[in-house]
Amino acid sequence: MKILVAVKRVIDYNVKVRVKADGTDVDLANVKMALNPFCEIAVEEAVRLKEQGKATEIVVVSIGQKSCEEQLRTALALGADRAIRVDVESTPDALTIARLLAKVAEEEQPGLVLLGKQSIDSDNNQTGQMLAALMKRPQATFASEVQIEGEALTVTREVDGGLQTLTLNLPAVVTTDLRLNEPRYASLPNIMKAKKKPLEVKSAADLGISVTNKVKLVSVAPPAERSAGIKVGSVAELVDKLRNEAKVIA
Amino acid sequence: MSILVLAEHDNQQLKPVTLNTLAAAQQLKGDITLLVAGHQCASVAEQAAKVSGVKQVLVADAEAYAHHLAENVSDLLVDLAEPFTHILAASTTTGKNILPRAAALLGVNPLTDVSGVESSHRFKRAIYAGNAIATVEIDEPKVVMTVRGTAFDPVAAEGGSAEITSVSAVFENADIRFSHEALAESDRPELTAASIVVSGGRGLGNGENFELLYQVADKLGAAVGASRAAVDAGYVPNDMQVGQTGKMVAPELYIAVGISGAIQHLAGMKDSKVIVAINKDEEAPIFQVADYGLVADLFDAVPELQNSL
Ligand SMILES: Cc1cc2nc3c(=O)[nH]c(=O)nc-3n(C[C@H](O)[C@H](O)[C@H](O)COP(=O)(O)OP(=O)(O)OC[C@H]3O[C@@H](n4cnc5c(N)ncnc54)[C@H](O)[C@@H]3O)c2cc1C
Repeated sequence: MKILVAVKRVIDYNVKVRVKADGTDVDLANVKMALNPFCEIAVEEAVRLKEQGKATEIVVVSIGQKSCEEQLRTALALGADRAIRVDVESTPDALTIARLLAKVAEEEQPGLVLLGKQSIDSDNNQTGQMLAALMKRPQATFASEVQIEGEALTVTREVDGGLQTLTLNLPAVVTTDLRLNEPRYASLPNIMKAKKKPLEVKSAADLGISVTNKVKLVSVAPPAERSAGIKVGSVAELVDKLRNEAKVIA
Repeated sequence: MSILVLAEHDNQQLKPVTLNTLAAAQQLKGDITLLVAGHQCASVAEQAAKVSGVKQVLVADAEAYAHHLAENVSDLLVDLAEPFTHILAASTTTGKNILPRAAALLGVNPLTDVSGVESSHRFKRAIYAGNAIATVEIDEPKVVMTVRGTAFDPVAAEGGSAEITSVSAVFENADIRFSHEALAESDRPELTAASIVVSGGRGLGNGENFELLYQVADKLGAAVGASRAAVDAGYVPNDMQVGQTGKMVAPELYIAVGISGAIQHLAGMKDSKVIVAINKDEEAPIFQVADYGLVADLFDAVPELQNSL
């Protein structure tokens, strides 16, 4: 079985982003970029399924400009076999991304598609669900455990009330949550090997998809600042402040 | 404007977050239809009909909808979508699972976790772990979006008298089945709806020590939350995680105990009205957002706090 993993280049999770002074967007100039953490978990899960003998090939795909090849190489170093970059000139909207991925899936015919549940830049949490819809296949989002037995996939999901377990027929789309696994670090030899693994570039036009952007970013503003608070010297003082100043406890 | 809101419920009770979603719907100014998709959910439909501002309640009662599987509910939404300009759901794990799927089936872009309504097609939402607030304009014939409950004050649960209409269409995807679930049971208030939240982090050291927080919470009538580190370490279950990739909370009072204040954690709680931090490291970033900071060992401070409440 082939596994397709969709990955995204995003700001490094340790970086606190700043809004540009003109309020048009956030400032990503000279900011450290990385593989989205949830995508890294997706790649790791694919590699583990391959190690368990449940998968035979792992294809990673990213949609973006040349710079995202860096993240595709990271995924290759973690154990993916080959990579596809879909080149787009303008910023595509979520539906275009899902359509491009669906087209890649149609060409690759994977048994399983893995994605992160959300990217930590746009915080959307929607691509996997949209892709599953376009592929007309079932979905299991926010996965914390994935098991494959023959054609059946069992996924435990992290839901607001606790954990929910579903059984799906393959092919299916799974999005990863934090507890699914702890991604390995790429070893130096694997980083070297990754440089030689195949990386194919296709354009949106090659895939027959026109790139649209129906969600226009009008402006970006910093969040409301919290005014600096005070340090209290004791528990007694804290309780007094909460009762008599903030009036939030009885 | 004609708005369809997907009700959040457990087949018995309408979840309070539905009232927040309806508040966002009201800001769109139009007729509001509330859809209750579930199984043996007649009592939810009755509660839904009483909610202030709801014009019509649609009930789709079938086994296929018992567990709100995205495949079945999104097909139902698509079937019902025609007359509506907007389709809304709460930004919960249920809403986020279903709505983007429905949007793609409808051929439109969805919006996730909307926290402000500027006009029928212009909205605000947090990006980059809440470090930036984007205003976006969507150019789609139907707006399909999930709504951040804490950003909207709930509408009144009583006062309405909507007509209840049942929907007979049943969609059942043969490629997915509910197997089982393990839901957390607690007598404490629900995390995202509680007016006081006491949260613990890695500083608690283990699961047993969370008992200290449960005792304080019970005196305050509070819910208990946690950082990702505490969940990852297995101290507490995943449904307690507060943050960018967990639950968003905005209570009157948030007490962070043994939590350092990483941006991903702050994303989930910095809209709280009053924030208290108890941490032994006076440099911990949590103090930068705290209204009241106490530099102390939590194992001294928390029992003392409990005794003084
Ligand atoms: C993709 C991604 C998503 C994430 N999503 C989330 C999320 O949704 N929510 C979230 O919380 N995190 C999230 N994180 C993790 C986040 O980056 C931090 O790692 C996490 O919040 C740290 O948890 P903590 O504050 O409990 O632990 P630490 O950072 O280890 O802090 C523990 C604190 O406890 C204090 N302490 C220790 N002992 C005591 C004592 N005896 N008395 C008093 N204080 C004490 C220490 O001084 C320290 O400040 C995410 C990370 C990534 C990469």
